Amino acid sequence: MATEGLHENETLASLKSEAEVGGSLEPRRLRLQRGTDYGLVLPVHQVAERVEALGQFVMKTRRTLKGHGNKVLCMDWCKDKRRIVSSSQVCHEHAVTMPCTWVMACAYAPSGCAIACGGLDNKCSVYPLTFDKNENMAAKKKSVAMHTNYLSACSFTNSDMQILTASGDGTCALWDVESGQLLQSFHGHGADVLCLDLAPSETGNTFVSGGCDKKAMVWDMRSGQCVQAFETHESDINSVRYYPSGDAFASGSDDATCRLYDLRADREVAIYSKESIIFGASSVDFSLSGRLLFAGYNDYTINVWDVLKGSRVSILFGHENRVSTLRVSPDGTAFCSGSWDHTLRVRGMVFCFPVCERREDG
Amino acid sequence: MERVVVSMQDPDQGVKMRSQRLLVTVIPHAVTGSDVVQWLAQKFCVSEEEALHLGAVLVQHGYIYPLRDPRSLMLRPDETPYRFQTPYFWTSTLWPAAELDYAIYLAKKNIRKRGTLVDYEKDCYDRLHKKINHAWDLVLMQAREQLRAAKQRRKGDRLVIACQEQTYWLVNRPPPRAPNVLEQGPGRGSCAASRVLMTKSADFYKREIEYFRKALGRTRVKSSICLEAYLSFCGQRGPHDPLVSGCLPSNPWISDDDAYWVMNAPTVAAPTKLRVERWGFSFRELLEDPVGRAHFMDFLGKEFSGENLSFWEACEELRYGAQAQVPTLVDAVYEQFLAPGAARWVNIDSRTMEQTLEGLHQPHRYVLDDAQLHIYMLMKKDSYPRFLKSDMYKGLLAEAGIPLETKRRVFPFMWRPRHSSPSPALLPTPVEPTAACGLGGGDGVA
Repeated sequence: MATEGLHENETLASLKSEAEVGGSLEPRRLRLQRGTDYGLVLPVHQVAERVEALGQFVMKTRRTLKGHGNKVLCMDWCKDKRRIVSSSQVCHEHAVTMPCTWVMACAYAPSGCAIACGGLDNKCSVYPLTFDKNENMAAKKKSVAMHTNYLSACSFTNSDMQILTASGDGTCALWDVESGQLLQSFHGHGADVLCLDLAPSETGNTFVSGGCDKKAMVWDMRSGQCVQAFETHESDINSVRYYPSGDAFASGSDDATCRLYDLRADREVAIYSKESIIFGASSVDFSLSGRLLFAGYNDYTINVWDVLKGSRVSILFGHENRVSTLRVSPDGTAFCSGSWDHTLRVRGMVFCFPVCERREDG
Repeated sequence: MERVVVSMQDPDQGVKMRSQRLLVTVIPHAVTGSDVVQWLAQKFCVSEEEALHLGAVLVQHGYIYPLRDPRSLMLRPDETPYRFQTPYFWTSTLWPAAELDYAIYLAKKNIRKRGTLVDYEKDCYDRLHKKINHAWDLVLMQAREQLRAAKQRRKGDRLVIACQEQTYWLVNRPPPRAPNVLEQGPGRGSCAASRVLMTKSADFYKREIEYFRKALGRTRVKSSICLEAYLSFCGQRGPHDPLVSGCLPSNPWISDDDAYWVMNAPTVAAPTKLRVERWGFSFRELLEDPVGRAHFMDFLGKEFSGENLSFWEACEELRYGAQAQVPTLVDAVYEQFLAPGAARWVNIDSRTMEQTLEGLHQPHRYVLDDAQLHIYMLMKKDSYPRFLKSDMYKGLLAEAGIPLETKRRVFPFMWRPRHSSPSPALLPTPVEPTAACGLGGGDGVA
């Protein structure tokens, strides 16, 4: 019966009108979220005036990895800070041939003993890593997640035994690796979900996801409910990443901007954009201290932003096609960018010119 | 992109246009490559390199085309003449580049150049010939018509139109090795159309109401306070961030020397000073670091409250463990920590204990969450501050050394052989990498 579960006095119509009241307040609340309402919010760069400016950065490409025969779509670092797994268009990653053409998501397990990947095959598969040359890795593959549309992002939680996935069918899901059981599913996005990131918080219970409906939503993993939603972007959100303290997250979108949202203030607090940047940002990540935001764009460049001052620190060239993925290494010593030009580049900072001379005291 | 191009064509503010002399014909409204770069650099206050890059991207997408060498879409920052593509041919019009049109174009070219098409064009021509054989007469007829019409125009116009067309087709049918700028990746939003509309049932509205109620009632912190928090966080962590402040002895990626990684290995006997300092930043940092956690465990042992940390660790294992393990783990935790008279009984307040014990009747992975949180807060607010003030911690801080910066090599081009680091998958138990192991090199897992 359609009216099952209703109390005596409630009818569908009354519930609907109550929801509409809430819904009418939502747009006002959402407007307050925009960081450009100067009357209501202090732009981050005003507060950060007293912070010393960063010097000029010189980043050099230290490694160029050319193993892929096709576009690099996704990559992840291993916790040992030195290894990475990456996925590409023509199913070739670590000598495993996957039966689909676009492998759009990949992740390293925290222990370093397994990797997960998936894409247009709508599934997320986990492969235990083995270096026995005789073993066929594909034989040990475990198919963990099943969605009804392509898999756009996946990530292990704190252990090897749980995976969080985001899919083009508009949902995210939490799976148990061992049994392939669905532990929790997260509904609420109005279109494809393109990215997700787990919160580095003490209780480890939330994650954020971004999608084609221009919304970034924060979820409670335990209850499956959406806790907060942010809708200030003007186009698809390609990438979300938490600020290292867990109190905020940044998002990169096809509208050529990156924005910083604060969770406690429940609003957008900074926009990182420049007139000369007209292509979308495909991937973002913070440096270890959260001072720098690295963003890879579809115009083949990587822009480095000063998170506090809202200004761009430097622009990095080198790729010959769009930058599809970008991650900072776990110990923060370097970052790796993967691109459709079939390469991955690992870059570190060579030196940093100070902005002004520092005077020695005494 | 169009915005940029339109503003570039603005007669007052746009790029300086003049008539270019190309061989013997004069082409009006042409610009030079260097002018484009200059204008971009000035308008957007960016460096020349970036302006060149932006200009190159515009050319690659066919918004500006070169007049002299229309075979390759590149921006040269010199006197090479360029022209703005007519909006008819803009990529954003999403006018599908039909096979028929391409066939007509190739046929025209064939006729004009008397059979000397570029290799890949020849292949395409042959393939199209096979494919639309039935309409081939139409194609040839169209081609001849267009050529005849073109002959009646001035030479300058003819050249321009030819270049425009060529650029358009270069963008839409790129030669084999050139990047295809129109490629977009797998289609998105495909689910929106086919998505089952959420039935607006009572449940749906109840959830919406709940969400709105929570949203409206949520306490929001003033953004200025949040921003101050960022400042202090970044300021505190700045010296610890290798990309901002460099790392000692040296960044292993730059110097090819993995001393940094050896010194900061997960389990190392002598942690560096920076690492020990980090333990003081927050309780989470301390717990996440295996060495820090071990020291904290020692400290708790001295205070006879080690079972708290063990309990917390067991709860974490339960939360992130395999689904099948849940019942056994819950039982084990109960036996060891919660049962009256248990070997390592943890001191939880009576209300939480009651709720937990009740929940144990139907064990699920989050059943110990309340108890775990209680113990976590206990450790954080009580034991942790004491740890930081303790002699043990102060001793560790004093002992920990700051590694010396390695001197730059005299002969920097001495090439050290790079070996792969042993993968964690190989080792049954995590072992500190020995000094003999080399650097994770270019033949990594990619």
